[in-house]
Parts: sequence; C-alpha cells; structure tokens
Amino acid sequence: MTTNVLAFAETRGGDLRRAALEAVTAARAIADARGGQVHAVLFGAPGIGAHAAALGAHGADAVLVVEHAAFAQNNPEAVSATLAARMGAGYGAFVCAASATGKDLAPRVAAKLQVPLASDVTALTVKGDAITVTHPGYTGKILQTMTLTASPAVVSVRPGAYLPVANAKAGAVETLAPAGDPAASRVKVTETAAGNAAKLDLGEAPVIISGGRGLKEAANFSLVEALAAAFGNAAVGATRAVTDDGWRPHADQIGQTGRLVSPDLYVACGISGAIQHLAGMRTSKCIVAINKDKDAPIFKAADYGIVGDVLEILPVLTDAVKQAKAAG
Amino acid sequence: MKIAVCLKRVPDMDVRFKIAPSGTAVDEAGLKFDISDFDGYAVEAALQIKEKLNAGEVVVISLGGDVVQETLRKAMSMGADRAVQLKHDAAVVDSYAIASALAAELTNGGYDLIMFGRMSIDTAHGATGAIVGEQLGLPCVNAISKLEFDGRTAKMRRELEGAYELVECALPAVVTIDEGIARPRYPSLKGIMAAKKKPLETKPAQLPAPRLALDALALPPERAAGRIIGEGAAAVPELVRLLKEEAKVL
Ligand SMILES: Cc1cc2nc3c(=O)[nH]c(=O)nc-3n(C[C@H](O)[C@H](O)[C@H](O)COP(=O)(O)OP(=O)(O)OC[C@H]3O[C@@H](n4cnc5c(N)ncnc54)[C@H](O)[C@@H]3O)c2cc1C
Ligand SMILES: Nc1ncnc2c1ncn2[C@@H]1O[C@H](COP(=O)(O)O)[C@@H](O)[C@H]1O
Repeated sequence: MTTNVLAFAETRGGDLRRAALEAVTAARAIADARGGQVHAVLFGAPGIGAHAAALGAHGADAVLVVEHAAFAQNNPEAVSATLAARMGAGYGAFVCAASATGKDLAPRVAAKLQVPLASDVTALTVKGDAITVTHPGYTGKILQTMTLTASPAVVSVRPGAYLPVANAKAGAVETLAPAGDPAASRVKVTETAAGNAAKLDLGEAPVIISGGRGLKEAANFSLVEALAAAFGNAAVGATRAVTDDGWRPHADQIGQTGRLVSPDLYVACGISGAIQHLAGMRTSKCIVAINKDKDAPIFKAADYGIVGDVLEILPVLTDAVKQAKAAG
Repeated sequence: MKIAVCLKRVPDMDVRFKIAPSGTAVDEAGLKFDISDFDGYAVEAALQIKEKLNAGEVVVISLGGDVVQETLRKAMSMGADRAVQLKHDAAVVDSYAIASALAAELTNGGYDLIMFGRMSIDTAHGATGAIVGEQLGLPCVNAISKLEFDGRTAKMRRELEGAYELVECALPAVVTIDEGIARPRYPSLKGIMAAKKKPLETKPAQLPAPRLALDALALPPERAAGRIIGEGAAAVPELVRLLKEEAKVL
C-alpha cells in the first residue's frame, strides 16, 4: 500500500485559499491512518512558493511548488496533467476541496489515472487499502456511504467539513516542473473577474447572513450588510428568488443550484426555507431564522427562530451584536 | 452543429425520501421522475443553438433501464431529434463506470459539442462530464452559465465562488451546464405527438466493473426541533444570549 497522500493547495489571484488548508487537513487524516506523508502541490505564477510555509504549518510534510506564468489563471488541463503525472511517483490518494476549482480538477485527475473518484465528501475513514466516504446526495436529504476500492483514491472534500488546523510539519519545499507546456492548454481562461475582493467569500466565512424576498426590496439588503458588518467575520448570501430578481449577484445564491455552505452560524432573514435553499445550508452548525410567518418551513431547519418583521428586527439585532462584540 | 446531451432520470426532490429495505436504494414508490435539473438546462441550451443556426442535430443519450425511455421521449418532445438508450438495469453509483459507457457511445458520433449537467441532482457526483472529456481526449469546460460561438470557438462563462471567469476553447468540446444558461421549455402538444415518431435506439451499455461501491443510504440525523424564542424585536436579547452561551457562535 502506498501511504503518502497528495493534496491540492488551491490559490486564486496569488492568494492561498482556505480550500488549500482544508485539502491538507483531509489528506492528513488519510496519511496518518496509514503512517504516510502529506505532500501539498502549489500552482501559480512565479512567487507563489511564498505560501509554502502556511501549508507546512497546517500539516504538509512537503510542498511541491509549480511556478509558471500560465498558472496565474486557472489552467485545468495543465494542472490536472501535472497532478496526474506526480501521482505516478507513488501516492495512495489525491485530495482536493470540492470548491469550483477542485470539482473541476478531481474528475480530470481520476480519469487520467483511470480510477473512480468520491466527490464532495463530508467524512472519510480509512480501512486498509480502501477508503469509505460519506457524501450527501438528493439535495442533502440522503447520506450515501460509499467505498472506493481503487488505488489511488481520488477524493474531493466539502468545504467546511475539514477545517484547517495548526499542525506544524516540515513543509520541505521542492520545485516541481509542470507536465507539458502550460501555455499550450486548449482551454484558455481569458478573464477572471473577482467579485468584491474586500468581501469575505461565502465558502470561507464563519458567519453567513442571508436574505430572501421577505426583505421586500433590494435596498433593504443594507440591513443584512449592517448585521454582517457587526459580526465582522460574516458574508452575505441570498435566495434564488432574490438573485433572479437581480437584487443580489448570482454568485451570492445559496442552495441546490448555488453555493453549498456550512458556516458556524447561518442567519436566514425573510427566507421561506424551500428545499432547494435548505440543500445549500442545512449543514450549518447553528441556524437562526427570522420570518413573519410562524409556519414558514425555515423554522423546522432552524435552531432558533424569531417570528416577526425582519425589517424591524434586523437593526435591533445589529445593535445587540455590536454590543456583545464590544463586551468581548 | 451536431450536439449530444447526456441526461439522467432522477426522482423529484420535493418529497420526504424513504430508504428501501435493501438499505442501498431509495424507496421509489410514489416518486415522480424527470430529467435531472441541469440536464434539462443542457437540453434547452442545445435546442437554442440548433434553432439559432437553423441547422444541425440534437441527440439525447441516457444510460439506464427501460424507464429512461420516458425521459428520453420527454427530451424529444422538447425538440431533440433522436435518442439513444444505453441499457443497463442495475443502479450504478460509480461515475467513472457510467462515463466510460457514455464515452464508448460518444466516441465515433462525430459530435461538435457534447453536453452534460454540472451534476446529477440525486447522486450529485459532478464528475461524469469531465471524465468523458478526458476519455475522448477533448477539451472540457465545467459548470458553464453562458455559451456563445465565434466560428468554431466556444466562448463561455464559469461561476466561481464570489467570482467568474471567461473561458474559450475550440470545438469539438465537452461542456457541463450550470444554472443560468437557459430555462427549459415545456413540451408543446405538437412536440409530444412528434416525439412518439422520433427514433429511439436501444443498445447494451458497456460498463467496466465499478470500483466505487454503495454501502448504505441513510437519512441525515434529524435536527433537534428548532425553538421559536419569541416574537418581534423583543426576542433579540434572548437570541443574543443563546448565540453566546449555548451555541457559542458569538
Ligand atoms: C430547480 C430549482 C432550483 C432552485 N435552486 C435554488 C437555490 O439554489 N437557492 C434558493 O434559494 N432557491 C432555489 N430555488 C427556488 C426555491 O424553490 C424558492 O423559490 C426560493 O428559495 C424562495 O426564496 P425566498 O425564501 O427568498 O422567497 P419566498 O419563498 O417568497 O419567501 C419569502 C419569505 O419571507 C417571509 N417574509 C415576508 N415578509 C417578511 C417580513 N417583513 N419579515 C419577515 N419575513 C417576511 C415570508 O413569510 C416568506 O416565508 C430553486 C428552485 C428550483 C425549481
Ligand atoms: N445514467 C446516465 N445517463 C446519461 N447521462 C448521465 C447519467 N448519469 C450522469 N449523467 C450525466 O452526467 C452528468 C453529471 O452526473 P454526475 O457526475 O453523476 O453528477 C449528469 O448531469 C448527466 O448529464
């Protein structure tokens, strides 16, 4: 059995993403069960290697740095080819986060290695050569337990399921050459438009304040923004009803056809709790619902509920959170 | 343009699922089935391309038992020209095995564009399209929300978390479809009548032995019933106290 695990260290715009550390944490779980090492692979434009230390501090025994100008943008063909080639050096598993980038890469790597993969897993256990995973399906209504018997195993882990932990390892830096010419990829990214760079990403925010049609109009999202600002570590999400109406960008949509999130705290403001919305947030650790209809389905999914007018409650809650924060 | 759309038959999600006594299947009694959501968007997008160019063919392909014929007919009633069923009666969870069988069918089809859903709404692997792309050696772009053509170049938009990217590649190509590209049309009566006469070919699926086994299905643990802590702004202090002391998230 090959005991080492290769982890994909995701970056965007030159920054290391939390997804990178989550992949290392999940890879660590497999490597530790088998007595192996975790090697993190970091792709980017020259200079990206500066992030190696953060990977070492979170559990990477080695950091393989692949620098090339053509890695300044997503480059799935060259990245997956390099990952698959490196897997040939002898790894028992490849792990990435089930982020947009990870979900794009994992099947490519699996296909190149001619093995099946387990996507978007919330838990994994190692049993000898096999890896057993839990994967939420059916819009989160059914948990599927599956066993991968092929080696190496290719696994993507759901954001939030393997939170980064400080775990100092050697993080020995090695340079890795890309497989083939990254500038020759057939799939070319011509532009990457960041949303609001200052904004905390929904997948990384410990707190999400989400708004639905109950806010009545786009301008009232300022109340949601204000509550998020009071928390300080919060991002703003929305329902499809709201993104369809153009009140918020599509990128903010949470649910079956939007983002899947698992923050520590999810505050649903004026959201009915349709299953397609619940599919994206029901795994949040603590859910608060504010809705004027005491029979709204969101209250069944919520830990705490307040029945009432969200426009009246939000400013009061914002003040109370500010005070609680100030009191420490 | 010759376009293939791979589609999966899935149950309607708006129900409370029960697990069958086998422990590895959903109890299908009373469930309604339809085209998986993203695959429906893909069918619509394919039809719009054909209509715009006023030329070409849209072929729909599904792997499964004879029940998928109904799903394929639905896509033909929307406007797809013909259908292929890759017959396989047992359920398969291994997307690698499914992709291999689809790739075997697609490989000599002469398609300019091969479309998939970003993920199936039931097993939700989000893997099949990209695996087929690799197996056919074609460029593949995942989870696109816009698609245009400039001659033989496809120009696409992909949503990332909090960002998006514009991507290009030459045809032939494999793409997987995200929401936002097109809302699927409802079949017209005329379309439903026409679909009855359209060709539906059935062939055995060539599946490799699966190496991803489904051990069990389970319903997620019920969340402890939520607590309504009060009405209106007066309930805010109690909420803040609970967030601090009980949930420890503040
Ligand atoms: C294929 C498909 C995919 C979908 N994907 C998604 C998805 O990814 N994400 C998603 O969110 N939805 C999705 N939907 C849509 C989903 O079904 C719901 O329509 C949507 O989530 C409803 O949004 P909402 O809760 O904002 O609006 P509504 O359902 O209209 O609910 C508004 C709520 O606000 C409450 N309210 C009104 N006024 C006030 C007030 N003053 N104070 C307090 N409360 C108030 C009402 O009681 C109500 O409960 C999808 C649907 C389909 C068919
Ligand atoms: N049995 C099947 N028959 C045809 N296409 C399928 C089948 N299963 C999956 N697909 C296609 O692959 C996409 C992704 O599925 P998955 O990888 O299972 O999430 C679906 O949206 C379909 O386009």
